[in-house]
Amino acid sequence: MSLNRSDIENIARLARLSLKEEEVAGYVQTLGNILEMVGQLDRADTAGVDPMAHPLAGQTQRLRADEVTETDRHALYQENAPRVEGGYYIVPRVIE
Amino acid sequence: MSDVPLHRRTLAELAAGLARRDFSSVELTRHLLARLEAAQPHLNAMVSITAESALAAAAQADGVTAAGKAGPLTGLPIVHKDIFCTAGVRTTCGSRMLENFVSPYDATVVARLKAAGTVMLGKSNMDEFAMGSSNETSYFGPVRNPWDKALVPGGSSGGSAAVVAARLAPAATATDTGGSIRQPAALTGITGLKPTYGRVSRYGMIAFASSLDQAGVIAASAEDCALLLTAMAGFDPRDSTSVDAPVPDYAAALAAPARGLRIGIVREFFDKGLDADNEREVRAALAVYESLGATIEEVSLPNVGLSVPTYYVVAPAECSSNLARFDGVRFGYRCEQPKDLLDLYQRSRGEGFGAEVKRRIMTGTYVLSAGYYDAYYLKAQRVRQLISADFARAFERVDMLMGPTTPTPAFALGAKTADPVTMYLNDIYTIGANLAGLPAVSIPCGFVRGLPVGLQIVGPHFAEAKLLAAAHALQRETDWHRRVPAEFA
Repeated sequence: MSLNRSDIENIARLARLSLKEEEVAGYVQTLGNILEMVGQLDRADTAGVDPMAHPLAGQTQRLRADEVTETDRHALYQENAPRVEGGYYIVPRVIE
Repeated sequence: MSDVPLHRRTLAELAAGLARRDFSSVELTRHLLARLEAAQPHLNAMVSITAESALAAAAQADGVTAAGKAGPLTGLPIVHKDIFCTAGVRTTCGSRMLENFVSPYDATVVARLKAAGTVMLGKSNMDEFAMGSSNETSYFGPVRNPWDKALVPGGSSGGSAAVVAARLAPAATATDTGGSIRQPAALTGITGLKPTYGRVSRYGMIAFASSLDQAGVIAASAEDCALLLTAMAGFDPRDSTSVDAPVPDYAAALAAPARGLRIGIVREFFDKGLDADNEREVRAALAVYESLGATIEEVSLPNVGLSVPTYYVVAPAECSSNLARFDGVRFGYRCEQPKDLLDLYQRSRGEGFGAEVKRRIMTGTYVLSAGYYDAYYLKAQRVRQLISADFARAFERVDMLMGPTTPTPAFALGAKTADPVTMYLNDIYTIGANLAGLPAVSIPCGFVRGLPVGLQIVGPHFAEAKLLAAAHALQRETDWHRRVPAEFA
């Protein structure tokens, strides 16, 4: 599986990653190598095999009672935010 | 015992010394903090050394001991991998993205070990977001191998491994998604345990690949791993994949003899990629088990050769989803002067993540994207089922599987950074256990060209007690686990 520059730029856009011009060529090469290695999976006969959804057979996501278990720690959590004002997270203007 | 330096003693030996009042936790903590500080310029094993809070915790532990209320871990100093959230202490995950992130809460692992009376000395260096097998992807620089500083310690838990190998701390927490506990343990000559998926809570452990991630321990011996696992393991309602099953006293189970053990040797793990000298040391360890009365038979895991390609679909897919939370808005790095919201997202992530993390996010984005999901992701999850079934079939015949942890001893810094696929193949023997959710341990079993070699033992789900007892049986017969690099003796 080979990828070109525009494939990498498209993947980066989907992943919301800015890449520097000089990074793109490296990713064309290394992602191409990874996908070629991953291509070995085609060798496996998986007809009739269910995809594995959980490492422990029969385990499913547990549900808990719909009760409030957390206290309001809004101010503490916002101490890690790059920019807040009046309890709000501040981002560049979205609506002109 | 009294003439053995404090840093050369195991957790069990240190606990006995504390109980006898031979020394205090404050004295022990001071001694290890001095060693950590002195080694830092040479090994770069730590991201943060928390001397002040460590001494306060040690003083508190001494008070508990004086009051006659000490538990088995009270006053014992440990290091936490910097992937575990620690309340009020910077938690970086080895990334620029979290360079200044101060966690508002403790991971369950951290909280449990704190409640058991352990003293945190600091946070260990690691591959960025645990993505790497050499500790070279850390934003804070590579960790060096205490056996030879030109070599890597393995990864991603390279800092935790280097700290224990150099006897800067008796034990450390670690995590394992594809071998990140066992591979560095093997390359630095110490003991590392990856428990069964769901055995230890993942709450507060920064997520990489959620169907594979598991917390575990790195220590000098199987006995010490058992002591820590007993305190760490168990059900946690805050982790939806935590398993609600009783936790045995792993230390009490160590005495089980190796006599009668049925050991399977995985044919596919003795392949052409295995260094001949590594193989010789692993086979010598197997001979010790035979001499102890274990039986050894060859087994085959026909699909295990596809572990690496399976992993490099599943793990990047889950990583691309998990790391979407780093958006430059709520926490973590934000770029300068974003011109709009899209620019904020893209540049914060582009500048905040390192090259390998971006590679994995993009690989995952690609395999999950429209038109490729079935061919890559669903196909990999089907092959994962086949690999898992291979292990289950083997465990119908044998109690546990043994083989090499890695194909070669530690390699040079920079040797495998140019081609990621070459680096990924370093985990060829370890990834299978993660795909199948199985517990596995790596213990030192010899030396090649002056470098330690690891023996990997893999067991059925929840067989940690049996694996640790088997590891302990070898450690009663050999002294590989007591070897320490001359510079750090």
